[in-house]
Amino acid sequence: MALMTAATATAPRVPPWNDPVLRGWAFQVLVVGLFGLLVLFLVQNTLDNLERQKIASGFDFMDKEAGFEIGDTIIEYSAASSYGRAILVGIVNTLRVAVLGIVLATILGALVGIGRLSSNWLLAKICEVYVEAFRNVPLLLWLLLIAKFIRESLPGPRAVADKGLFDAIFLTNRGLYVPVPLDHPAWAWMGLAALVAIGIGWAVRRWARARQDATGQQFPVFLTFAGLIVGLPFVVWLLGGAPVGLSVPKLAGFNFAGGSVLQPEFVALLVGLTLYTSAFVAEIVRSGILAVHRGQTEAAMAIGLSRGQVMRLVLLPQALRVIVPPMTSQYLNITKNSSLAIAIGYPDLVASINVTINQTGQAIEGILIIMVAYLSVSLSISLFMNWYNKRIALVER
Amino acid sequence: MKNWIRTSVAAAAVATAFTATTAWAGKDLDAIKARGQLICGVGPSSAGFYLLGGDGKWSGIDVDVCRAIAAAILGDSEKVKYVPASAQQRFQQVQSGEVDILSRTTTWTLTRDTALGLDFGHITYYDGQGFMVPKKLGVKSAKELGGATVCVQPGTTTELNLADYFRANNMQFKSVVIENRDEVEQAFYSGRCDVYTNDASGLASSRTTRAPKPDDYVILPELISKEPLAPAFRHGDNQFGDIVRWAVYAMLEAEEYGITAANVDKMKAENTNPVIKRILGTTPGMGKALGLDDDWAYRIIKQVGNYGESFERNMGDKSALKLPRGLNRLWTQGGLQYAPPIR
Repeated sequence: MALMTAATATAPRVPPWNDPVLRGWAFQVLVVGLFGLLVLFLVQNTLDNLERQKIASGFDFMDKEAGFEIGDTIIEYSAASSYGRAILVGIVNTLRVAVLGIVLATILGALVGIGRLSSNWLLAKICEVYVEAFRNVPLLLWLLLIAKFIRESLPGPRAVADKGLFDAIFLTNRGLYVPVPLDHPAWAWMGLAALVAIGIGWAVRRWARARQDATGQQFPVFLTFAGLIVGLPFVVWLLGGAPVGLSVPKLAGFNFAGGSVLQPEFVALLVGLTLYTSAFVAEIVRSGILAVHRGQTEAAMAIGLSRGQVMRLVLLPQALRVIVPPMTSQYLNITKNSSLAIAIGYPDLVASINVTINQTGQAIEGILIIMVAYLSVSLSISLFMNWYNKRIALVER
Repeated sequence: MKNWIRTSVAAAAVATAFTATTAWAGKDLDAIKARGQLICGVGPSSAGFYLLGGDGKWSGIDVDVCRAIAAAILGDSEKVKYVPASAQQRFQQVQSGEVDILSRTTTWTLTRDTALGLDFGHITYYDGQGFMVPKKLGVKSAKELGGATVCVQPGTTTELNLADYFRANNMQFKSVVIENRDEVEQAFYSGRCDVYTNDASGLASSRTTRAPKPDDYVILPELISKEPLAPAFRHGDNQFGDIVRWAVYAMLEAEEYGITAANVDKMKAENTNPVIKRILGTTPGMGKALGLDDDWAYRIIKQVGNYGESFERNMGDKSALKLPRGLNRLWTQGGLQYAPPIR
């Protein structure tokens, strides 16, 4: 009690410049203020110089006609579209290759990572060589090599016009041409049916879990789910009149017309990103599995779980906690590395913006757009992965 | 390595913010004099325009423009530092002051002259965009190119003209856009594209120097655009702009009056034609008006040669390209090259 009164009594006598709390605040305000002034100075200086050099500024150019073509797009675009649209095409193309790359690299990486732990010597060695080969050579070289390989080794469209697989699938240096179903309303309904199947499957899984917890009885959830996801869309397809029309690629003039095409630049970038990143993913998966103590496996087998169950119920849940955080970095790397597209001619975000900058001369605005776009994509990936990480993290009781 | 492209571009932008002040305000010429060197942006390589030889020396008519300017300002055509300028980054390189002048087959357009903050000198080469195709396709005219796959470099007027031409003729095409010129041409010669489009001179130069078998390729007769190629520099320093223009005019005037690198000394000593005396500085005054000494044009002709000599050496009969002079003949011979009088 005496101590406390002494403390409260002496407190007001400290001058403000000696008060650690006040002083802390003052310094923080000062630093933030100085930083703000620096930013303001840079922005103002840049604007002044642009004005004096008569270089246009602002984002008005986004609505102007772009005037250039983009060779590979999945959304509607032509030379008559605006710069804004061209940039959107770039963003979609970047996302397309990044998302597919993430999925494929994860699957391939997991397989290779597990393969490296295999008791089969040959398989383990092959996986090891794979990992070392791909992660020790710069990605750019792999991309150039793959792009060149496709261009130089595959024949032109006229050479293979009558040599297609089933007269419908053609592999050329212009890409892989495949037949696609003709437009039909049934396709959209089938997609919807698949979504419904996933919903039902999820409900069944919940119900089966609850029942197993209560009664111990098991239910074949996986088989039910497989049946639903195949069966439901199939029924819808039948109800929709079972459309079978195909748009088959056919040589017309210089190139194949009809069907759908996977362009060499896209394939080269996707394959390059997948192979390169999967090598890193493999190492992460391997380290994750090795991080789970051997006793866990032995104990799980001792209580009579099958090999699959040991993996699914005991090993993976624990390994994932080690795997997920570094995986996030790899996913971010795929997204950012996709900007190497420019070296092989795939029209990604950077390519679109570079052309836009060149035609309009508005470099600062263009670079801002690139930075904001990559930042948003990367932050979204991070947020999702952090959420997932939290979900599977060890809950300490 | 992963985002080197973005990093370098961002760095260039920040550099713009910092260096723009120093490069501004009529100081370009002073900066060049103080440095004792002209910094000239040229492309990676395009035979005839700019090409790095085995001896480490650059040659080409665009290179000769830089050499002429250096000879006029600094007295020595070798006082030039050549900086590679890619098709996409070249304008930022001028804007930011990284190069004093861009002499790399750059087409003069309204947007570039205004919104990009640049000025252009005299047109050093009148070009037009053409198409090259493999002979075995049997194409005779650009009008038959509907549905073709076209290889093109990004960030060029070429890319825009291409889209315009196909739109105007209601034809479809697929573009394969690769920044690096070697890569885009390799893609074409390996059959990735049916058509390669570039300035006609560039097509001829590529066919001679890069095609596996030059005879297997034809350049279609249509020229789909006007491509006036001119040196570009920052808007603002008018005195430097004058020198860029008049250095090229001096080369044209020299050809018109028959002054060559070989006979310039004799002409200077003996010739009594008042026009030639003004050009070579025997009658003083012209150099002072430009802010140079009176020997400025003499040095250009002595060290670089006249326009005709430069053309023959780099593109004409004395080169591997053997291009006809076409529109680039002097006006006295039916061409478009016409310089205002030096008086």
